[in-house]
Amino acid sequence: MLQVEEMYKSFDDFKAVNGANLTVEKGELVAVIGPNGAGKTTLFNMITGQLKPDRGNVIFNDEDISKLPPYEICRKGIARSFQIANIFPRLTVFRNVQVSVLSQQGKSRNLFHPAQELAVEETKSILESVGLSDKAGNTAGSLAHGDQRKLEIAIALGNDPELLILDEPTAGMSPEETAATMELIKQLANSRGLTILFCEHDMEVVFNFAQSIMVMHLGLTIMQGEPDEVRNSSRVQECYLGGA
Amino acid sequence: MFRDIFNLKSVGPLAVVFIILLFLPPIIPRFYIYILAVIFVTALVAMSLNMVVGHGGLFQFHHGAFYGVGAYTVALMLTKTSLPTWVGFVAGPIIAALVGLLIGAFCVRLTKLYFGMLQISLGSLIWAIAFRWYSLTGGDDGIHGITMPSIISSSKGAYYFTLIVLAICLIVMYMIFKSPFGATLQAIRDNPERCEAIGINVRRHQLIAIVIATFFAGIAGVLFVVVEGSVFPDLLFWVLSLEIFIMCLLGGWFTFAGPILGAAIMISLRTFVGIHTEYWTLILGIILILLIFFLPEGVWGYILEKFGRQAREVVEGGSD
Repeated sequence: MLQVEEMYKSFDDFKAVNGANLTVEKGELVAVIGPNGAGKTTLFNMITGQLKPDRGNVIFNDEDISKLPPYEICRKGIARSFQIANIFPRLTVFRNVQVSVLSQQGKSRNLFHPAQELAVEETKSILESVGLSDKAGNTAGSLAHGDQRKLEIAIALGNDPELLILDEPTAGMSPEETAATMELIKQLANSRGLTILFCEHDMEVVFNFAQSIMVMHLGLTIMQGEPDEVRNSSRVQECYLGGA
Repeated sequence: MFRDIFNLKSVGPLAVVFIILLFLPPIIPRFYIYILAVIFVTALVAMSLNMVVGHGGLFQFHHGAFYGVGAYTVALMLTKTSLPTWVGFVAGPIIAALVGLLIGAFCVRLTKLYFGMLQISLGSLIWAIAFRWYSLTGGDDGIHGITMPSIISSSKGAYYFTLIVLAICLIVMYMIFKSPFGATLQAIRDNPERCEAIGINVRRHQLIAIVIATFFAGIAGVLFVVVEGSVFPDLLFWVLSLEIFIMCLLGGWFTFAGPILGAAIMISLRTFVGIHTEYWTLILGIILILLIFFLPEGVWGYILEKFGRQAREVVEGGSD
């Protein structure tokens, strides 16, 4: 479904991504792991168009999307969440998700129909599925950190994506919150038939949930395989697990 | 289908004010009729600016340019051609919106302050043309003695005309504010990067917002000519744009109706403090400083907050 081929990106002299490869098959839960600074977020930003790669291709459903702007990539069926809660702080929780659903339905430029009557059911069902229904009327900026992370995912779901990319969905969460969030993600993947690509640096989370793991180190893909394969690989242990 | 958003709570107070204003002219002196008409015109241009500044988060620093283009368009058409008056009235907003499209298309490629700086430059270019092209625009003198159809040429006629046009514009603006377009625009203001990631073409959306806002600024320009019967290059000067910007901040730029209040305060200050001292801007400066410290959401924003309605008015929530 998604192939990332030989991606490179440098900022001045710093090689953030230096030869990344990744394959995601339909229906899989794929993780990218690597220590801080391994280039995970940069890689994700290139897949979803926030950054332009220096070199390399992103193939999604047999189409090269590496030169498209973010909004067009989104329309192809890739939605994402961000590592730092990236929401609409002055709008209500409901409106945050609704804006995304309206965009998905192609109604963002509708000038003469009240927004409050549109995309209501879809928005409510998404809020329900991430457990934010009771906070729908709150201003998004006033939510607690954990709820902002959930809202982050809910906004991405508003686009009804085929592929959902989550950049460290459990960043800054307690172990209990992390477990609950990963359970939620798994559940969403099942109920909505989503393919999910996420990155993490918490090893336990990754080995428990992912079906396929890609290991990055210093911007380079070391390997991609099933959890057991990755756990037993001497190269991975050498440059990542050993050090952790 | 818009029944729900025009309920008693949202437009009730404004409707009452509107009805009171309808009955005012026979009982107040002519001077006040004129001042109120000036407030209506200014309120409309401030409201149009706030569509892009307050709801869109764009630094539209030279909005006065489009107001002036609307005014000059109608003034030139009425004095230099023999076309019917209504053609000029329609052409004003259209030409203003076209200029808005042209300038906006360059400006939306930039962000934040750079957007504002480029706009000041391009807007000042229009001012320079009006100022220098003496044979067409009358240069520094402007154009005077523009005759209006008899029904709106009296001060009362102009008053009713501007009031009704303002009311219609406010209704349309409120519909846009509450529409998916308006909601998306507010989302772009809050977080343009996130909007791109949910499939919104941010620049195009901003450009459409600019065209709509400059169209309304053009209408305000036409109304200015109706009230004043003249145009002059100050209409296009950046100082006026700054004043309009301040009106939005003063009234409350994250609210819908705030700029109306901002315009009323500014015009009143200029008129009534201006009688006593030519340094009325000093008083304005002090008010602005106090505002920044005590009412950062603006006067109307403060009132809404006091009455606990802010969440509903500013950031429309769910259907319930």
